Amino acid sequence: MAPKVNLDFILEMLDAASTVDGLREIVERVCESFGVDHAMYHWVDSAGDHYYFGTYKDEWVARYQEKSYVRVDPVIIGCYQRFHPVDWRRLDWSSKPAREFMQDARDHDVGNQGYSIPIRGPKGQFALFTVSNNCDDATWDSFIERHSRDLILMGHYLNRKVLEFEPDRGPGQVQPLSPREIDALTLLAMGYSRAQVAQTLSISEHTLRVYIESARFKLGAINTTHAIARALSLGLIII
Amino acid sequence: MLRYVYAHDLPRHPKLAQSMFQDRADQFKTRLGWDVDVDDAGEERDSYDALNPLYVIWENSNGTHGGSMRFLPSTGPIMVNDVFPQLTGNQPICSPLIWECTRFCLSRESSGNVAGALTLGGLEIMRNFNIAHFAGVFDRRMVRIYRSLGFSPEVVGTMGQGRDRICLGLWDYSLEAYQRVALRAGLTTELSTLWFDLSFGGIGMPGPVAMVG
Repeated sequence: MAPKVNLDFILEMLDAASTVDGLREIVERVCESFGVDHAMYHWVDSAGDHYYFGTYKDEWVARYQEKSYVRVDPVIIGCYQRFHPVDWRRLDWSSKPAREFMQDARDHDVGNQGYSIPIRGPKGQFALFTVSNNCDDATWDSFIERHSRDLILMGHYLNRKVLEFEPDRGPGQVQPLSPREIDALTLLAMGYSRAQVAQTLSISEHTLRVYIESARFKLGAINTTHAIARALSLGLIII
Repeated sequence: MLRYVYAHDLPRHPKLAQSMFQDRADQFKTRLGWDVDVDDAGEERDSYDALNPLYVIWENSNGTHGGSMRFLPSTGPIMVNDVFPQLTGNQPICSPLIWECTRFCLSRESSGNVAGALTLGGLEIMRNFNIAHFAGVFDRRMVRIYRSLGFSPEVVGTMGQGRDRICLGLWDYSLEAYQRVALRAGLTTELSTLWFDLSFGGIGMPGPVAMVG
């Protein structure tokens, strides 16, 4: 389950995407990239309409709708009104309808493991980004340990893009970086080490990490290198 | 014990919720003299309580509130961005990996261990949900208390003078901090994990998922 595709590439595709079909393809790449069986994105817009796309089989998606599984699916119940990432093993699968649903999902190759990230958008918009896989507990534990933060960011970046497609919303603009974020990225772009940047700015490396964290999310970047590249290409930092 | 409860689920714990909001009124209005809204039932609530935050609550053996704090992700409205923008240089903090912690509260009767347990609860959230950082605005005098709990923030902004001086702090997750806070609080990480799992469901608990595959 090692990543096979560069995540930077996926984020570049995401930037360029201008249609929901474009996003569909990106979700497929996300799935390959993280080396999982499935990735799904599901959102409920401000009007209460549901949309989803991802790699589940069409047959399963149709069956899910036909059976109104949204009402028994512990993933939906466990993520709605929440904002923490949810490992499916923590959910309550004890009721009979939930167990039957799980069996049906497995028969449609959804996998026995899953990780879902609830995302709250503006005006009641809600989304769920999920990856699922077939593997044992130990393998899934180490996968989550390694990739949880990347998955959380990926889910939010997808959602940010989807919001651009909502009626009366223009293309998203990168939020401005704070002066400290600009300083940090500029020095990193100049080849300073983190320790040197922290020393130069008279802050601890721990605070520096927060600035980088905040900047990379604003820039829609998956790691520091990518954040620097984006900031340079957008003209937000100059070296 | 520690409970992790979203506002949405507070009605299932009426006694705990009522005593939490009353203890907040007692701490923030009566004792600290903050300009906060207290309703006819003597409960303190603000607009962030309406955003379905996650509370970490110490529940006394009789079911009442012993202490609590409140979390919201910085991707939505948070206090530091809305109320204290000077503390961040007018550039909002925004990342799903940074949550804001507010309304750190202890009931009058609580022992010092409750503060330690709550801090451990915060670290349990970071550890299990892979939240890299917390941000929080606090009174300057809290610096010493956080240090004694074993989890000090870095102060990255201050405003006001003297008694009214407030700070923006950033906390960073580390396994060492998690273990240190548990030790200081006199709690084992096993017990803390158990409390967390009781609220969020346990990964190790036998269930239909664990039995297959």
